[in-house]
Amino acid sequence: MDNIWQDPEILAVAWLTIKVSGLATGISVIIGIPLGLWLALNEFYGKKFVVSVVNFGMGLPPVVVGLVVSLLLWRYGPLGMLGIMYTPWAMILAQAFIASPIIAGLSFAAISSLNPNMRLQLLSLGASRWQANMLLIREAKLGLLAAVMAGFGGVVSEVGASMMVGGNIKGQTRVLTTATVMEVGKGNYDIALALSFILLLVAYSVVAALTYLQNRTIR
Amino acid sequence: MCQTAIKLSEVSSMVKKATKLMAFMFVILMTLVLTACQKAPEQTAQTPAKPEKPEVILATTTSTQDSGLLDVIIPAFEKKTGYKIKTISVGTGQALAMGEKGEADVLLVHAPDAEKKVVASGSAINRRLVMHNDFVLVGPAEDAAKIKGKTVGESLKAISAASIPFISRGDDSGTHKLEQNLWKVISIKPQGTGWYQETGAGMGQTLKIADEKKGYTIADRATYLAQAKNITLKILVEGDAKLLNIYHVMEVNPEKFNKVNKEGAKAFADYLLSSEGQALIAAFGKDKYGQALFTADGGKTEKDFGL
Repeated sequence: MDNIWQDPEILAVAWLTIKVSGLATGISVIIGIPLGLWLALNEFYGKKFVVSVVNFGMGLPPVVVGLVVSLLLWRYGPLGMLGIMYTPWAMILAQAFIASPIIAGLSFAAISSLNPNMRLQLLSLGASRWQANMLLIREAKLGLLAAVMAGFGGVVSEVGASMMVGGNIKGQTRVLTTATVMEVGKGNYDIALALSFILLLVAYSVVAALTYLQNRTIR
Repeated sequence: MCQTAIKLSEVSSMVKKATKLMAFMFVILMTLVLTACQKAPEQTAQTPAKPEKPEVILATTTSTQDSGLLDVIIPAFEKKTGYKIKTISVGTGQALAMGEKGEADVLLVHAPDAEKKVVASGSAINRRLVMHNDFVLVGPAEDAAKIKGKTVGESLKAISAASIPFISRGDDSGTHKLEQNLWKVISIKPQGTGWYQETGAGMGQTLKIADEKKGYTIADRATYLAQAKNITLKILVEGDAKLLNIYHVMEVNPEKFNKVNKEGAKAFADYLLSSEGQALIAAFGKDKYGQALFTADGGKTEKDFGL
């Protein structure tokens, strides 16, 4: 406890937390932002239903995701041949399932709130579709970065799915949240509190970096 | 016309900046991907010849992890053999269910009756006794139901008669199974009464809840000792033959489940029963608690305990 900051095991746990949740957020950005953009820019039959499903997904319970991903990834499950159950990849997959709807839903809201004529104006000014999309993303960046922060915040603090698909294996899939639960089980409240503090620090650092990025673009 | 030209140049510079930002995020993402791919190479550096299938999934009860025993045994085993143990620490009921589905390779659990069923169904083989410790009935120091020194059966009757909170694990763990058996023996059905509360949590957590509610509970001695610094509950009943807590190791049947790592499972089970493994078990806890938390029983069978 005295030198928890020098404990290589705890540093490794913190680093794994950043890697797993960061990668899951990255994947969710790649899925969520284009999906949100597409939903915001296109009109089609049943759009309201799709949007409601995405918005519902923003509150997807992590334990349910964990259970479903476990059933898929188990040795004798449909994706068992991948052999990634109880690895960081399984956790990344589960967390991406949790964060993608959050990022898609908030991206949709951010881009929808732009002036709908802006895109037409851009296109008429000679921008290609790709350029116009990139500009819309840039224009909605405040909202989009908030979406990324919400997605990261959702997965870094999540414990149910990580415990189920990762298994809290020492040196392999132990992240800050699952380690905290375990230390509470062991009765080591001091270590659990220290881990919680590190978790807050990790979450804050990432969000602070994104906020810096957000503010830098405001002129 | 002129204005449009200016706007277009602004647009192109904005596009450039946006592209830069995307490229920056992409680089960060790739860095994360690459570092996530590296699998702690420094740990495998000094291990001996690597087994063909190094990963072994051990499904076990929370008490072996919460007491800290696995933190001693597993690193020693991994160093000696080069296997990598993936410990999934859950209640005994869930650990056995994982074995029955072939989702684990080796099981270390403590619910003899349930274990026998799993062996009988052909899901697990080579059930061997590893160690034992005992359960203790703990409660608040004031002991409102006056159970201190009584037998387990009389104690539970007294708790029930006085309607003092009894906190049950309620999670189908080995401890929970044992507790349910104890109620059955004295023909009391506590479920549904106001004083009988089921937590659905691990042993450490349940002890804490019992402590907060000034209730009684049954805990394995190892977890109680590990948790004792945080709670005021005292051991009130111990030493009763009914409170014996026996741990067996079993290998999941490779003939039934072809994906099971049979060499790895056998190696781990054999290690637990080897003189080295047994010595680690027998010594565990002496430095921290002044008493061993488990008694090593390699080579014994349940008959030696009169069961």
